[in-house]
Amino acid sequence: MEYFAQQMVNGVTLGSVYGLIAIGYTMVYGIIGMINFAHGDIFMISTFISLITFIALLSIGITWIPLALLIVLIISMAMTAVYGWTVERLAYRPLRASFRLAPLITAIGMSIVLQNYVQIVQGARVKPLPPIIKGSYTLMEKNGFTVQISNMQILIILTTIILMLAFSALISKTSLGRCQRACEQDQTMAALLGINVDRTISLTFIMGASLASVAGLMYLLYYGVIDFYIGFVVGIKAFTAAVLGGIGSLPGAMLGGLIIGLVETFWSAYFSIEYKDVAAFSILIIVLIFMPSGLLDKPEVEKV
Amino acid sequence: MDRTSEKQQSSLMKNALIEALISAAIALALSIFMIGLRTSTATGGLVLTYRIPLVASLVTLVFFGRLAFNLFWWSRSTVHTKGPKRRGTRKKQLGTGVLSLPRVSLFLVFSLPIILFVLNAKLNLGLPLRYWFDIATLVLTYIMLGWGLNIVVGMAGLLDLGYVAFYAVGAYSYALLAQHFGLSFWLCLPLAGLLAACWGALLGFPVLRLRGDYLAIVTLAFGEIIRIILLNWYQFTGGPDGLSGIPRPSFFGLPFKRYGDNTFHLFFGLEYSTLHRILFLYYLILILALITNAITNKVRCLPIGRAWEALREDEIACRSLGINTVNTKLTAFATGAMFGGFAGSFFATRQGFISPESFTFIESAIILAIVVLGGLGSQIGVVIASIVMIGGFELIRNMAWLKLVFGQDFDPSLYRMLLFGMAMVTIMVWKPRGFISRREPTVFLKETAL
Repeated sequence: MEYFAQQMVNGVTLGSVYGLIAIGYTMVYGIIGMINFAHGDIFMISTFISLITFIALLSIGITWIPLALLIVLIISMAMTAVYGWTVERLAYRPLRASFRLAPLITAIGMSIVLQNYVQIVQGARVKPLPPIIKGSYTLMEKNGFTVQISNMQILIILTTIILMLAFSALISKTSLGRCQRACEQDQTMAALLGINVDRTISLTFIMGASLASVAGLMYLLYYGVIDFYIGFVVGIKAFTAAVLGGIGSLPGAMLGGLIIGLVETFWSAYFSIEYKDVAAFSILIIVLIFMPSGLLDKPEVEKV
Repeated sequence: MDRTSEKQQSSLMKNALIEALISAAIALALSIFMIGLRTSTATGGLVLTYRIPLVASLVTLVFFGRLAFNLFWWSRSTVHTKGPKRRGTRKKQLGTGVLSLPRVSLFLVFSLPIILFVLNAKLNLGLPLRYWFDIATLVLTYIMLGWGLNIVVGMAGLLDLGYVAFYAVGAYSYALLAQHFGLSFWLCLPLAGLLAACWGALLGFPVLRLRGDYLAIVTLAFGEIIRIILLNWYQFTGGPDGLSGIPRPSFFGLPFKRYGDNTFHLFFGLEYSTLHRILFLYYLILILALITNAITNKVRCLPIGRAWEALREDEIACRSLGINTVNTKLTAFATGAMFGGFAGSFFATRQGFISPESFTFIESAIILAIVVLGGLGSQIGVVIASIVMIGGFELIRNMAWLKLVFGQDFDPSLYRMLLFGMAMVTIMVWKPRGFISRREPTVFLKETAL
């Protein structure tokens, strides 16, 4: 039971990170209906920017951790947003009116570019970062086994909840959210009504990239090691989460992230760590057999 | 020069300058942290090295590049026509006459290697033939894979991101069958194809109801599952060590060995050369690929091929016309997978060693890129895209002269994949419908003479 509770805590933490990245996939899919394959690599870039900024701050003498982290977060969000915007501008916008597979191929191409770019400019070795946020609370203690939640885990879960609430409000309450929903339904009509479609789509990419950069910072602080390849693995998981929850749905992305995170953690804890990815993907396939459009998506009725 | 045009000229210049400045600013933002500061491991943690000159030169390059681009390129093509050109106006007579392009190139790919081989041996030209044949074989392998995937993606319109799984199934089938049961390559080839086809059908079942991008992620997941199983099932697949010592193919029972009683060179009274096997492998994959093409072209005109193409265009219309979409999808997956399996067993016998590392997602992505860049559903497009993307980038790996330009530390193979990705993006933006965007309709409406 205690072991179970501990794994629950770990799984929810992992799921939160996946959920944050999954939102980026789901928002882009919702608005232009394409799989942004480069999103995982945007996440990877954000971890690198965070790491570099953090070390740079330490080297110029800013050692008070909360301030340093705040600066890192702001810089990382801004720079990653520039990357997200650039990818959209270079690889997706020229193909907006093209057929479905064209942007998918440019997205895969961009993903290859970003991975190799980071490998070239930062080297292929893993980059370690010593743990920065330490300390933990004991939730319960029984039979000599303690269930702990670390400060880092609390930070991750809290940040995710706050960002989720903020984003839901942004989509449902603000004019930008209204523009996004309008573009989602009908781009031509939205343009006729005076919405700048290109700008809205760019902003969507910027928002997705910023969220990914928050997830990137969390990932960096939680795991402490990054390399140029993490974007692929984490990206695929997050994308799986987005599809599992019903791609295009914000709560779905979060739910999918939690499910994937929990499945992975419990499978590693109780069965075998080697096959945790197989477990996550199998859950996806099984769910899609019975609910072909994910958990929270309303079934699309195709009309002729 | 009159006033207005002068004014236009200056405003053009001003706009170009502003845009170039914006581009330079973005380039600065992109590169300042990632390129300007390099983390490297040292005692006591990571340290930063500064590379400000590199960033500065990059930003300057972007600034002047964008400026030149705006002034000399865009200003001229402001009235360029957007939208597709009219199709069907150019009539290329590709398929007629004895000296038509396909026939000539077919003749060349068959005869050129052997001519080169003989010339090289007789005249001592010293050409790096082994290298050329290896590249040609590699390109042909990708052509075959591309044609196999073209059935699934190009004809049936089912987006498959895990095609490499079938390639892996074929390779491992051959390796395991040959090692454990001692079966010959020629017996294993159909078996491997059959097994891959079964796996294709197996993948087909859960995805029958899925559409579009849901299908993509499930096939991707399937490919990853196969790879992870290959990686971790140590007793059966050798895990990350892979399988080595896979039997080489023989020429209808005559092995390509230097010593032995009944070897290829003794039988034909030739002098032993390692090139014999390379040449044989080249012809083997050439014939396999041509069989793939022939079958695809044939099936296209059969009811099942028509059903695939109809499915691609409109699934609901298909169902209302009484086409069994379940069977149609399953056969498309199984047929495509079968060719992947053939290519896989060829790969295993050529390499003599396989490991899960050869079957990562990036391979699936490359094959899909070949199909889409070539022009979805176009057989010739796959050939062009394979030559450009695989052959071209294989050449970059060995360009020694680049070292003279960029210095001795420059490693061209490091930049290969970077350029590959850039090429994928550039070609797609330049030709969104692929190299060959014209589709040959398989059915014509007979027009009566007026």
